Amino acid sequence: MDLHFGDSKPTDEERAAIDGLLGPPESSWEGAARDETGAADLRWARGGREARERRDLLLPGLHAVNDRIGWISEGALDYLCRRLTVPPAEAYGVATFYAMFSVKPRPATVLHVCTDLACAAAGAAELCAGVEARLGPGSGVGVERGPCLGLCERAPAVLAVRAGDPVRTAVSAPTTVARAAETASAPGSAPEEPPPAFAVPQAGDPSLVLLSRVGVVDPASLDDYRAHGGYAALRRAFALGPAGVIREVTDAGLVGRGGAAFPTGRKWQATASQPDRPHYLVCNADESEPGTFKDRVVMEGDPYALVEAMTIAAYAVGAHKGYLYLRGEYPRALRRMEHAIGQARARGLLGEDVLGQGYAFDIEIRRGAGAYICGEETALFNSIEGYRGEPRSKPPFPVEKGLFGKPTAENNVETLVNVLPILTRGAEAYAAIGTPGSTGPKLYCVSGSVDRPGIYELPFGATLGELLESAGVREGLRAVLLGGAAGGFVRPDELDIPLTFEGTRAAGTTLGSGVVMAFDDTVPLPRLLLRIAEFFRDESCGQCVPCRVGTVRQEEALHRIAERRGAAAADDVALLREVGRAMRDASICGLGQTAWNAVESAIDRLGAYE
Amino acid sequence: MTAIPLGVPRRLVEFTLDGQEVRVPEGSTILDACRAAGKEVPTLCQGDTLTPKNACRVCVVELEGARTLVPACSRKAEAGMEVRTDTERARHSRKVVIELLASSVDLSTTPEVAGWIKEYEAKPDRFGPGAARLDEEPKIDNGLYVRDYDKCILCYKCVDACGDQWQNTFAISVSGRGFDARIAVEHDAPLTDSACVYCGNCIEVCPTGALSFRSEFDMRAAGTWDESAQTETTTVCAYCGVGCNLTLHVQDNEIVKVTSPHDNPVTHGNLCIKGRFGYQHVQNRD
Ligand SMILES: Cc1cc2nc3c(=O)[nH]c(=O)nc-3n(C[C@H](O)[C@H](O)[C@H](O)COP(=O)(O)O)c2cc1C
Ligand code: SF4
Ligand code: SF4
Ligand code: SF4
Ligand code: FES
Ligand code: FES
Repeated sequence: MDLHFGDSKPTDEERAAIDGLLGPPESSWEGAARDETGAADLRWARGGREARERRDLLLPGLHAVNDRIGWISEGALDYLCRRLTVPPAEAYGVATFYAMFSVKPRPATVLHVCTDLACAAAGAAELCAGVEARLGPGSGVGVERGPCLGLCERAPAVLAVRAGDPVRTAVSAPTTVARAAETASAPGSAPEEPPPAFAVPQAGDPSLVLLSRVGVVDPASLDDYRAHGGYAALRRAFALGPAGVIREVTDAGLVGRGGAAFPTGRKWQATASQPDRPHYLVCNADESEPGTFKDRVVMEGDPYALVEAMTIAAYAVGAHKGYLYLRGEYPRALRRMEHAIGQARARGLLGEDVLGQGYAFDIEIRRGAGAYICGEETALFNSIEGYRGEPRSKPPFPVEKGLFGKPTAENNVETLVNVLPILTRGAEAYAAIGTPGSTGPKLYCVSGSVDRPGIYELPFGATLGELLESAGVREGLRAVLLGGAAGGFVRPDELDIPLTFEGTRAAGTTLGSGVVMAFDDTVPLPRLLLRIAEFFRDESCGQCVPCRVGTVRQEEALHRIAERRGAAAADDVALLREVGRAMRDASICGLGQTAWNAVESAIDRLGAYE
Repeated sequence: MTAIPLGVPRRLVEFTLDGQEVRVPEGSTILDACRAAGKEVPTLCQGDTLTPKNACRVCVVELEGARTLVPACSRKAEAGMEVRTDTERARHSRKVVIELLASSVDLSTTPEVAGWIKEYEAKPDRFGPGAARLDEEPKIDNGLYVRDYDKCILCYKCVDACGDQWQNTFAISVSGRGFDARIAVEHDAPLTDSACVYCGNCIEVCPTGALSFRSEFDMRAAGTWDESAQTETTTVCAYCGVGCNLTLHVQDNEIVKVTSPHDNPVTHGNLCIKGRFGYQHVQNRD
């Protein structure tokens, strides 16, 4: 590789931010000052394989600078590239891929204001206008409108990030213009968020399986976790051996909760049996689908459960290293998971010899930086590896060539947490919950026009109506969005749809990641559809034509017909269908393939433009 | 000259292509099989010397049992596959992809597209006059080549050619995302401030003319570019001992650009700055 670095130099602070992550440079090749003695030798370079292996520190490096300074200058980017032997053009491509980074100067404090579905229904438009009027130029705060912050149960929501050492973050939800402005001007002294159990209306209910500990255990205490049954599942796993664990998970009928509903046992078996080494485990905690917040609540309320579940999964597939890819906009989940992993390591539950069983496993957290597409499994690998978060084409599948080109099992947070009751109760007892086709308990993220929004846990098979009833659905229900932005709308007269994979499929819709958003008749449907289209246009990675241009053409068509109906809209509806069909058929990944689902369902099931 | 690869003999894979049994060497793509069988499948991002990024999706075909269409250019043939290349479904996607592209970028210098627009009855205008376009000004910041990203279809070929597939200079990548994604050098700088070494290999692979010789760009602007009046002569570069093949494109007794044969087994169309751009001395007649 023939690398060329420009003349721009990092400031002392930028250099300190990067050296804080990577340690001081060892040679002037890597950017050490040339007048230092010894270490600053220009004659040698850490290059080749060793350097390339550090490319995966690119994303953490960008975070380090962005956290400290608030944006990423040319000098900082070039210095980071020098340290990691990454070509600056590629690093620039990576830095500009993520919404949370800026390569242009901006204020040290940024207030992210959610404009997505639940917040829109709760008055995000007025909030944004108010906040922008209040925090205009000169306020020292940059206001950025953006997609769902995963706080939909407390809509409308804002997240403030103030760069510095340390970086300060604060969320305010539900918020007002005044509170949002306060949060932005003093993120360090913002009031603590309500505890995670606030998002679990059923908290404390003895019938809960997955959420049984949320609001019950102290999320900071490993002892408390153990006192509430923690680590019994891992002991059982060690007793069963890896093949035994996979058998239990297969017999339990567990399927993935990340949206694609793939059988977990089969994925684990396929990974475990690959001869290529090492194997990796990746936990997908990116959760950027609008309306989804279940993984956040689990991580904030019961972090050790995820640590234990990841350990079991890794043991089953033969991995000694696990990555937790955590959404960048989840500061509290990040703190709790960092703490839990540190405690587990200190107590021998992670590390060289887990539970004294001679099995080595550790978890590294990787923070996303604002890109929904990085939840797609192969895009997530690229993101961790320090490339643009663009999906790879499949085959080869991750179980064969995943993270760093090695066999990888990737699972959603909720999927993994289900492994605990499977092992403690046994596959048979677990499979007895739910229906024969969809076993176990399921988490639903209920938001919108309901009195008690939050995460609900119900055995598979409950109907949509039952779920909405527990959440206190309001008068005048107009539509329910099932499965998130990539899912579909159903009508108020379809509430007897059973919430199972087979039941939703039979009804021509999808369960997706478990989103249930209720909209009453005060919510203007065309605006909602426009917002969904806008989301996909913003979040397309841009790699393939049907999605990169198709999402734009769809949004334009929806703009045109926002105020039109019937014959006046027919042309554009036909155009939407034609483009949507090609996107579904010819896009590389699930984003482009599903981007048109919700709008199509609104046209077909709700008669949106009739 | 035709390259004759001297690899180990490969096993044959048998599958069905449009109802016909075909046999191709293991590792071949569906596109290879189509071409061997004399079938036309349009391609844009595929190139003869690069691993395709399969980003344009104009080559999609129907594969029995697959939920979506698959890109012929990069999907490997597997025994027992049933592939159909010319179904209504595949044709629909190709048509829409061509419409989407042609409505967003300038394809006037992309070979073959005009024919496909006719064949697939594509109507790029139907998204209306307000349809977003790239609308970029050409970047003319050096004497050797011009970057006119208004013609760029983001096929990633120049990125791959500059990066690990050919040149190993890594001066080009994609920045931004979605519709705002653009080919760029570091910090969006002018080419002269970038890592570019002006080998011109990116121009060699660009399928749309988004990257072109300054000479070609200027002549097009002046209306004097006339491919039908050009002759091509392949010769050997005289600068150094590597001996790369050069194809000189000559119009009115002037070299107007230099390419290199892709089937040369040594260089595969690669040149360095001297071979590609250093031709003025040949025509300096003072
Ligand atoms: C555009 C896109 C975004 C996705 N986002 C997520 C996500 O945020 N979290 C998640 O677990 N899965 C997400 N997925 C699904 C993952 O690709 C993958 O199927 C899942 O993580 C596998 O885990 P599971 O088998 O446990 O469900 C996404 C898929 C696509 C296509
Ligand atoms: S479908 Fe969209 S998000 Fe997926 S690869 Fe294509 S452009 Fe990227
Ligand atoms: S500039 Fe040319 S080669 Fe590069 S991506 Fe665009 S169309 Fe492809
Ligand atoms: S093109 Fe460059 S490398 Fe090839 S023969 Fe000419 S001078 Fe040598
Ligand atoms: S936090 Fe605003 S919609 Fe989810
Ligand atoms: S030629 Fe196959 S996807 Fe572009």
